[in-house]
Amino acid sequence: MYELKAVDKKFPGVHALKAVDFQVKRGEIVGLVGENGAGKSTLMKVIYGAYQPDGGTITIDGKTVRFQNPRQAMEKGIGMVFQEQSLISNLTVMENIFLGYEAQFVRLGVINWKAMAEAARKQLAKVKLDIDPATVTASLSFAQRQLVELAKVLTLEERVDGDLVILLDEPTSVLAEDEVKMLFRIVRDLTARASFIFVSHRMDEVMELSDRIYVMKDGAVVDVVNRGGATVEQIQHKMVGRNVDREYYREQRQKPYDDSRQLVKLEDVGLPGRISDISLTLHPGEVLCLVGTEGSGREAILRTIYGMRTPVTGHVTMKGARIERFTPQAAVAKGVGYVPRERKVEGIVAGMNVYENMTLSQMGHFSNAGVLRVGEERKLARDWIGKLSIKAHSEYADCGNLSGGNQQKVVLAKWRSGGSDIMLLDHPTRGLDIGAKEDVYEMIRDMCDDGVGVILVADTLEEAIGLSHTIIVLKDGRIQKRFDCEPGKKPSLYDLLHAMI
Amino acid sequence: MTRFLTREAAIRWAPLLVLIALVILFTAINPDFFAQRNFARIAIAAAPALMVAIGVTFIIVMGSIDLSMEGAVSLTAVLFCFAFLWLGGTLAAGGWLAIPLALIVGGLIGLINGLVHVKLRIPSFMASLAMGFVGTGAAVLITGGDIVRIEDDTFRALLTWRIAGFPLMVYVVVILAFLAWFIQNHTTLGRNFYAVGGGEELAHASGLNVRRVRITGFVLAGVFYAIAGMLQVAKLGQAESVTGANFMFISITSVVVGGVALWGGIGGVWNTVVGVLIVNVINNGMVVIGLPDYVQDGMLGLLVILAVVLSTDRRNISFVK
Repeated sequence: MYELKAVDKKFPGVHALKAVDFQVKRGEIVGLVGENGAGKSTLMKVIYGAYQPDGGTITIDGKTVRFQNPRQAMEKGIGMVFQEQSLISNLTVMENIFLGYEAQFVRLGVINWKAMAEAARKQLAKVKLDIDPATVTASLSFAQRQLVELAKVLTLEERVDGDLVILLDEPTSVLAEDEVKMLFRIVRDLTARASFIFVSHRMDEVMELSDRIYVMKDGAVVDVVNRGGATVEQIQHKMVGRNVDREYYREQRQKPYDDSRQLVKLEDVGLPGRISDISLTLHPGEVLCLVGTEGSGREAILRTIYGMRTPVTGHVTMKGARIERFTPQAAVAKGVGYVPRERKVEGIVAGMNVYENMTLSQMGHFSNAGVLRVGEERKLARDWIGKLSIKAHSEYADCGNLSGGNQQKVVLAKWRSGGSDIMLLDHPTRGLDIGAKEDVYEMIRDMCDDGVGVILVADTLEEAIGLSHTIIVLKDGRIQKRFDCEPGKKPSLYDLLHAMI
Repeated sequence: MTRFLTREAAIRWAPLLVLIALVILFTAINPDFFAQRNFARIAIAAAPALMVAIGVTFIIVMGSIDLSMEGAVSLTAVLFCFAFLWLGGTLAAGGWLAIPLALIVGGLIGLINGLVHVKLRIPSFMASLAMGFVGTGAAVLITGGDIVRIEDDTFRALLTWRIAGFPLMVYVVVILAFLAWFIQNHTTLGRNFYAVGGGEELAHASGLNVRRVRITGFVLAGVFYAIAGMLQVAKLGQAESVTGANFMFISITSVVVGGVALWGGIGGVWNTVVGVLIVNVINNGMVVIGLPDYVQDGMLGLLVILAVVLSTDRRNISFVK
């Protein structure tokens, strides 16, 4: 009934969707799985009308359609339940449900609240939620909000002739186990009214709920599995099965680290609700990779070491000294450098030029009584522009105008030039093209040769395996397993996935 | 688009072109506009406003806003006069001590602004607006509504002593503008303003003490307001509780018209200097060509909207609150 044929989508430098065929039948629940960056979210955006495909056709009941925006898709019966709660928390449940469609309750410019409440109660009954529609959304639990979102999408039923297709994007990520069960029960009951596309990282849930599963990899659908047609392991192999070139990750340059000294030591560190009982040690020349799904605690560990969070339990020791006050200033003084994931938000200041960005964390070294020695700053920037072959017309170039790879080099140069020897890298290669990625890998090996310890959250599992000396697998804020990764004895993707999920 | 026609260059040079165009326009309508005496008049009118505008420029570059200038200028002007008279009434007799005193008071007003904003987490516009009212109120309280006069010839020399046709205060202001430019471009503090305005989270993640930068910024702004207060006294020979009136609109208008972005990180002292000149040239020029003053206010209001429209890449801003 709903079908995509050979749909293509390109972004500058990325071929996000490669001739994707996708089909949803009436009353069906279709699973969609793939690694981060496999193209799942692009595909969903094409389906609910946020992106327009560059090629291929979308048909509903055999008729070709083209959506300019999500509203047009909604009018054809395609609704989206967002992963991040898209309800406006200071409005009531009924206002949220009918947001943008209040006109039906308006007489002479006045809203008939009673009629709206009545209609909302009818929608809520579809998802078996017994709450007052005048409740303010902020006071609901996450599970209830998820159901309200679903009820909101189900209003399409009355507005649209024909069938509904509802996308569920990671609907279970904030729910407890029994809430997940309840949600699944409701979704199954609703298949009489609508078809569903279900996206989740949790493979067991996808297997349990879906009639068919589309497996995506590198922007293409690599397989379609019917219910019971494959085991979790087989699907995981399909998700990740690509050749890993050892050269690519500079494995030949991986040398044993120096285990006589400890740069960072975490003992039983815990942050309630995020991580618990985390113990790990980082040595000079070591690349330590934190592996886990989104929300498994990788970022919380990095931020604790960087002093942006104060652990509630346990101790952090850096270079032999126990850390008492957790601030970024103290961490920087200890030699910690942090390359955050959101390069645009926390990595570089757009509008400031290369040398200003490079010395931002170390202006004290370039000033007397607050007066900057700009000449020295510029010289430092010129040195690093040469050393890392940063493509910028000069040290005066605005960092906001550099390419992603060159921005990342500026961020790395910022910390390395200041003598940081504990580097925290959060997705350092995200959004970079292959050449720029290789440059970053090369720089990581260079840093290790200089005795820097690196804690890495990698963009893909291959990257984690290829680069690391040690891998720590996290799940729900706890350490599941620790792997030693000497060249030649590296764990396989499968080993990691098994510990992750 | 060529490399040289960047947005950066446009923000830097467009206001200057507007200024030149305005001068040509007014001269064409009334050639009397283009006279040294008239330029001196513009410069005198612009001098205190420039000090206020430079003060608030630092704050706007940080992405905050400071609306305390009217109260701060009034209070520092009044206190300066009282201290000046109490210390002997002439610059030579010890009245000069009132200058550092006024600067300290200005700094303290800024410090309170900054502390209220940062420590109590009150939006800067609200904290500073409230502080401005407190300042005006305090000025009324101290003067009892009276006018305080200073008739020291040495101090008034700021206005009366002319070099090449321009009074001394114009040169003082030029030097202070250079000082502000130096702070902006050559000190860690100035760099920190841009870092905070360009990306507060990033500044924090680079180990900067963002809260301290913010508070220091407000202190610096307060000091510049105090300078403006004293120049206003030099210009008028007196101080009262309304000495600072109108500075809020004039200074913010100037900063915006000069091309400093209200969301922080873009523009600087140079833009503000040009902006203040644009605003004062318009004010003066409309008098010279004989338009009534209510038209002037309307024109300035339109100019602000026009400047923001032209200087903002509005496609990248999804919500405006």
